[in-house]
Amino acid sequence: MKLFTSIGRGWMDGLLAFHDSLAVLGETVCETLALPLRPGRFRGRDFLVAFQRAAFDGLPICTGIGFLLGLILAFESAAALRTFGVESYVADLLAIGLFRELGPLVTAIVLAGRSGSAFAAEIGTMKVDEELDALSTMGLPPVRFLVLPRTLAATFAMPILTIFVELAGLVGGAIVLKMMDIPGAVYWGNVVRTADTFMITFGLAKAAFFGMLVGFVGCCAGMRTRTTADGVGVAATSAVVGGIVSVAVSDGVIAVVCHFWGV
Amino acid sequence: MVRLEHVDAGYPGEVVLRDVSFEVNRGEVFALLGGSGCGKSTVMKHMIGLNPVLAGDLTVAGERWTAKTRAALCRRIGVMYQSGALFGSMTCLENVLLPLEEFSGLKRRAREEKARSLLADVELLDAAEKMPSEISGGMRKRIAIARAMALDPEVVFLDEPSAGLDPITSSALDDLVLRLRRERAMTFVVVTHELPSIFKIADRCAMFDKARRGMIALGTPTALRDGSEDEFVRRFFNRGES
Ligand SMILES: Nc1ncnc2c1ncn2[C@@H]1O[C@H](COP(=O)(O)OP(=O)(O)O)[C@@H](O)[C@H]1O
Ligand SMILES: [Mg+2]
Repeated sequence: MKLFTSIGRGWMDGLLAFHDSLAVLGETVCETLALPLRPGRFRGRDFLVAFQRAAFDGLPICTGIGFLLGLILAFESAAALRTFGVESYVADLLAIGLFRELGPLVTAIVLAGRSGSAFAAEIGTMKVDEELDALSTMGLPPVRFLVLPRTLAATFAMPILTIFVELAGLVGGAIVLKMMDIPGAVYWGNVVRTADTFMITFGLAKAAFFGMLVGFVGCCAGMRTRTTADGVGVAATSAVVGGIVSVAVSDGVIAVVCHFWGV
Repeated sequence: MVRLEHVDAGYPGEVVLRDVSFEVNRGEVFALLGGSGCGKSTVMKHMIGLNPVLAGDLTVAGERWTAKTRAALCRRIGVMYQSGALFGSMTCLENVLLPLEEFSGLKRRAREEKARSLLADVELLDAAEKMPSEISGGMRKRIAIARAMALDPEVVFLDEPSAGLDPITSSALDDLVLRLRRERAMTFVVVTHELPSIFKIADRCAMFDKARRGMIALGTPTALRDGSEDEFVRRFFNRGES
């Protein structure tokens, strides 16, 4: 009985969270659309601070993870491809894998861990300190002040981070193939041949979309923070989990849609 | 100025206080009293339009809080929250500037001047460029009062202005409230349980009781201290001795 109650409660909480997020989403969309009309109302400095933290402060870890990712991918696949004597195809595999799929996905997961949680914690702390209430009673919508700059910052940070993950991954792959005596020229030639402009831009557009998701989910988690002792911690956790889940789900949807459209 | 008629105060699914009725007159300092957790902040949150009342009627300057009146009403009130609720990413001056930038329509220079004069009012001009984390709790509350006064509101709400402050600082805050009321004829609603402060600044007060979930007294502080029939009210004013 207790089990059913807690399952039911979990679902209710999830639905309520979804409902709240939809309300915030509507407000965010309205504020975004109103932006070109009144650009002076945009909180530029908050955007720059969030952007700097999300993008530039995240470069080292993204570069490192991308490098390892390329290294591991190349190493594992080269072993298999070598049995057919076509280990130079590792370059194709890496290019497609990184640019289409893994680059944006892995970067989004890193962003969820670094920035999604940070957004939730920042906004959550503000809620606990009654700063959100203060904004409301001053007649200033928290969405315009807090959600919009952070979501946009994450959206713009993602393509930059993704490029670094992808390039570092290719370098990692190059090192592995070097060790397998495949000439660098062949490797880079294959990479350039495989990765066309469309694939790269598609990946980066996807990355920007993931960034928007992660940023928005993080901000929503922060806005829903409960004013209990563990409230901010719970909000940060649900920002990371929610961010990763929403990215994974939408990546799946995008993959299926692309498949049917033959992209 | 602020009128409550048969208001049930609380949160969705949880009534904290039943059937509360009182009216705050223009130009008076009105205190909300009661033990911790009795619902003072809850009532204040209804008055400032953060939460809708569960039942009854609440008006500020004759208007209810609705989606339509909200924007206009927000500009007529100022609120100081218990912790100050200054925005941590802005300096003290920027905190006071924020409402001016958003709503006053003043030019940049005029805004700066106004913000600095507000800081001078609370005697914290030298903290203008500091971040909220770099100043003490009492200073934060004074900056928060300056921010609440920025748009020359008609009613200012103060949630526990003296909580957690030493007697000297908290008495200075009381002086500030009295001076601002004298100079600007503002109305103040103050949540507090500091007896000296109540007698010093409050013209009238309403008292709530957690156990009875309602308002148990309404009147001037001296009348409540000397003339109340209610055991709880007498004990409150006699510091627990009856
Ligand atoms: N967000 C909330 N949701 C539900 N109940 C709350 C909430 N905040 C406070 N309460 C309850 O309301 C009661 C009154 O709280 P409050 O108004 O903050 O008291 P105080 O008089 O100390 O300011 C408390 O019993 C508290 O448990
Ligand atoms: Mg309180």
